[in-house]
Amino acid sequence: MYFCARKNDNFPTMSGQLKEVRLRIKSVSSTQQITKAMKMVSAAKLRKAQDAVTQMRPYAQKLQEMLSNIVSNSSSDSELKLAIERPIEKVLLIAITSDRGLCGAYNANVVKLARQRVKEAYASQHAKGQVSILPIGKKAYENFTRLGFPVVDRFWDMFSNLSFENVRAAANYAQEEFIKGTYDKIEIVYSQFKNAATQEFICEPYLPIPKVSNANTAAKSDFIFEPSEEVLVTELMPKILNTQVFKAVLDAHASEHGARMTAMDKASENANELLRGLKISYNRARQAAITTELTEIVSGAAALQGA
Amino acid sequence: MQLDILTPEKKIYSGKVYGIQLPGTEGSFEVLDQHAAMIASLGKGKMKILTDKNNTTSYEINSGFIEVLNNKATVLIEGAIAL
Repeated sequence: MYFCARKNDNFPTMSGQLKEVRLRIKSVSSTQQITKAMKMVSAAKLRKAQDAVTQMRPYAQKLQEMLSNIVSNSSSDSELKLAIERPIEKVLLIAITSDRGLCGAYNANVVKLARQRVKEAYASQHAKGQVSILPIGKKAYENFTRLGFPVVDRFWDMFSNLSFENVRAAANYAQEEFIKGTYDKIEIVYSQFKNAATQEFICEPYLPIPKVSNANTAAKSDFIFEPSEEVLVTELMPKILNTQVFKAVLDAHASEHGARMTAMDKASENANELLRGLKISYNRARQAAITTELTEIVSGAAALQGA
Repeated sequence: MQLDILTPEKKIYSGKVYGIQLPGTEGSFEVLDQHAAMIASLGKGKMKILTDKNNTTSYEINSGFIEVLNNKATVLIEGAIAL
């Protein structure tokens, strides 16, 4: 008689509940294993990404130093093609996100900031469809395509093989198109890496470049310039711009792993809490099942005795 | 002479050297000890580090810059292939 009742699905029985809870515990703990593993992987990748940022810093610094050395030692103010300010009609935003999700609000924040920037500063251009996006990272590509922006889709696959060479291709494209007049203003939207738990989402002007000031404190020494100062400056500028994009990409990469690490840590913690609750209800259900069974046996025996 | 070779990805070389041969945009040249202060742009070609009078290391480079100041040479390149 009891066995029949247990087999009936419409009637949630003690052991049925037990089984359900056991399954939930199993599924939650296997999810937790995944989140824990992802956290570990991100922690390792974060270290590498941070190293890359520190590795490139001396290069960027020296480049800047060289520029100021040239500028402070030269007399002429050369007009650069990359510094020409035009009335802003066509805008390009370089948006950098990650390839994969499961990293908290990281990607959403970049997209949000880019859209906000468009709304605040370039609303009229956007209405005419003159605001293009150069996405870097699969999520940016997917999001902005879905939002209906004109998208430059040649460079989004950057993180599967992150190298300076690839980044340079994208940076060169932006510079060339700026010189050609395809875009009048270029900005980079990305997340600056502060530490593993915090990222700062910023929108950085890229082109036209701000004028290099002559009032620099770089040491005056009699440099031999080969070829001339002007040529050196025009050659140095694109390198500095390439490095700027590379730095942004590396920063974004480190931020991604930082964000994923924190997100996965939180997820593991949540799973722990869930497991604790489930374990309590499992034990309760088990205890209830035992109690019912005992009562049944005792009352059965009593009934037999009474008969 | 102190030599540092930097790329955006890493520091390739750092140390005391006898000299370095470089492919300048206006022709090859060599920088030895106590060279005058100089900034030059580099073109495509072979960069040869003379660690001492007999030992050399070579790299293939595409473009870059060299700055020499106070007997310290810094080469900035965007990538190098060791030969």
